[in-house]
Amino acid sequence: MSWLDVFRGKTKPPPTSAGAAKERLQIVLAHERISRAGDDFLPRLQRELIQVVARYVAIDPKAVNVSLDRGGDMSTLAIEVELPPPSKDDTGTTNPADLKPEARAS
Amino acid sequence: MAQVIVVTSGKGGVGKTTSSAAFATGLAQAGKKTVVIDFDVGLRNLDLIMGVERRVVFDIVNVITGEAKLNQALIRDKRVDTLSILPASQTRDKDALTKEGVANIIEELSKDFDYILCDSPAGIEKGALLALYFADQAIVVTNPEVSSVRDSDRILGVLQSKSKRAEEKRDPVKEHLIVTRYAPNRVEKGEMLKLEDIREILAIPLLGVIPESESVLKASNTGNPVILDDGSTAGQAYKDAVARFLGEDRPHRFIDPEKRGFLSRLFGGRAA
Ligand SMILES: Nc1ncnc2c1ncn2[C@@H]1O[C@H](COP(=O)(O)OP(=O)(O)OP(=O)(O)O)[C@@H](O)[C@H]1O
Ligand SMILES: [Mg+2]
Repeated sequence: MSWLDVFRGKTKPPPTSAGAAKERLQIVLAHERISRAGDDFLPRLQRELIQVVARYVAIDPKAVNVSLDRGGDMSTLAIEVELPPPSKDDTGTTNPADLKPEARAS
Repeated sequence: MAQVIVVTSGKGGVGKTTSSAAFATGLAQAGKKTVVIDFDVGLRNLDLIMGVERRVVFDIVNVITGEAKLNQALIRDKRVDTLSILPASQTRDKDALTKEGVANIIEELSKDFDYILCDSPAGIEKGALLALYFADQAIVVTNPEVSSVRDSDRILGVLQSKSKRAEEKRDPVKEHLIVTRYAPNRVEKGEMLKLEDIREILAIPLLGVIPESESVLKASNTGNPVILDDGSTAGQAYKDAVARFLGEDRPHRFIDPEKRGFLSRLFGGRAA
């Protein structure tokens, strides 16, 4: 881009819907090609995570939520495990809020 | 109890997914709790049209095989909060869908939703049969074109013989017609089948006529169902169709050739 473009008010090409389409496709296809090669690891990852957490606390497998946001440079995988409330005779000092395990990996 | 609606056509590429996305969004905008299911296992596309492709973690096949719970596979729409999407699997084939598995999913969804929309794959094979099997109502999507009208007639026959309602000899599946990609100018020139002719041949109630519109491509480029584009004729036509579905009486629009002014004829403006 030359300085003349700035002068002409052409600093950036206007975003087009076709440009958005290309970007979305590049991201989704990059991820699909990877998962086509290997098998789908997310179900296994979730199962194993539940097993590990269940070793320490009694959890409901339904209370495990995995959410994903695929990006070009980085994807975010958030795993949320809803822990049961502490039992009444629990005299521990742990604050339940500190236990909220939210694992993030890219 | 939820109403199960299949969006089907027989023929491929006529606008089933475009219509499913628009209709589901429209019903949800009207405050109905709506979930739209992609039955096109192996060739999922609804996620792209709905703009949620980056957020797919699990899919319908994962739920059927028990790898994920239904609520973990559902994607909540960020634009309309009463709308959810259940994506198809991209890596398996149609054999991964079982009647029993789909039955369980529909039963569970029935508890939480008012409408369950099923975006059918093309054809009259397993995937399409499963998509329509549980339907209470059917939206048959047709283009003004001979092969599309014939295939719609074929799929109407399938609805009347192979759906669960037909098998159990209950009230038949309620049928609705949506004619898409209608170009009044070409109809006027005699190049395209007339709306009246299609209605006469298929003889089912007309829910809407969606004009051929450039904004449909723009909508799929950006992943926003066209019904969210208030300025587009296709979006407005889908809005009308949803209102009619919900019992409102609205006249059909965009079915006559545009009366073009002198300037627009001169400069060749096109429909949005
Ligand atoms: N009203 C319209 N105006 C212009 N283009 C349209 C319209 N409706 C649909 N299309 C275009 O037609 C093509 C097919 O649409 P769509 O994917 O919705 O069809 P489909 O029936 O779901 O296809 P398939 O059988 O492969 O699942 C798309 O390129 C879409 O943009
Ligand atoms: Mg489709």
